Amino acid sequence: MESTLTPILFYVFGALALAAALVVVGQRNPLYSAFALIVTLCSLSAIYGLLGSPFIAVLQVIVYAGAIMVLFLFVLMLLNVKREEGQGASTAVKGLALVLAVLLALEVGGVLLGVHFAPAARGYDASTQKMARLLFSLPYVYVFEATSILILAALVGAVALAKKEL
Amino acid sequence: MEGLTQQALLLSLGLFVVGALGVFLRRNIITVLMCVELMLNAVNLAFVAFSRQLGTLDGQILVFFVMTVAAAEAAVGLAIIIALHRHKDTLDVDAFNIMKW
Repeated sequence: MESTLTPILFYVFGALALAAALVVVGQRNPLYSAFALIVTLCSLSAIYGLLGSPFIAVLQVIVYAGAIMVLFLFVLMLLNVKREEGQGASTAVKGLALVLAVLLALEVGGVLLGVHFAPAARGYDASTQKMARLLFSLPYVYVFEATSILILAALVGAVALAKKEL
Repeated sequence: MEGLTQQALLLSLGLFVVGALGVFLRRNIITVLMCVELMLNAVNLAFVAFSRQLGTLDGQILVFFVMTVAAAEAAVGLAIIIALHRHKDTLDVDAFNIMKW
């Protein structure tokens, strides 16, 4: 599974994901933000593949980059969203956001860099078959059924909300 | 390759911080929603990294559920945005202050 190429590919896709994420936040045109987000999601899919999770990698492309982003682009084009004008957030909010972000990064980053991770577990097999067996076994099958109710509620809710008159 | 877990978690942290910054800085409500998706993805990456580190599949199952919830959230969120746009004719987050007091 893991070759000498894995770290290189990880750095390439990780840098791509982070750069595209910065574009998502920095870009004033929401349409370009959406396209940059698609790049982030596809790079993350590659990273999932490198981490030995083919099922999640495929799901990421189909559900996120496919379904969710199409929904976003559809709404962006339906509402004919313009470029964001003006100063954006007030200076106080900007300063607060930067301070909080740096604080969070330092805190969690410090912990992560200080921890010595043991070698990853041997014989890790995240094949679709193993995933399906676990998903439909006892603790998770209830959650799976609850998810179907959630999806139904979201479906009805979305239709009811977006209707012309409530 | 023991460093991969750490690097994945650091990347996850970076994506989460960028997404959180976006929620604060952006004024367009759709971009804010996209930044929330970015944060959800960062959490998913952490789940996958820990799942691989511990050799169990439970983290991956959680990623599956997070994706489902994210899809439901995006559908309802965008429907709310369409309803808001019909009332206010703008997508600026500062314009939606009817629940403020």
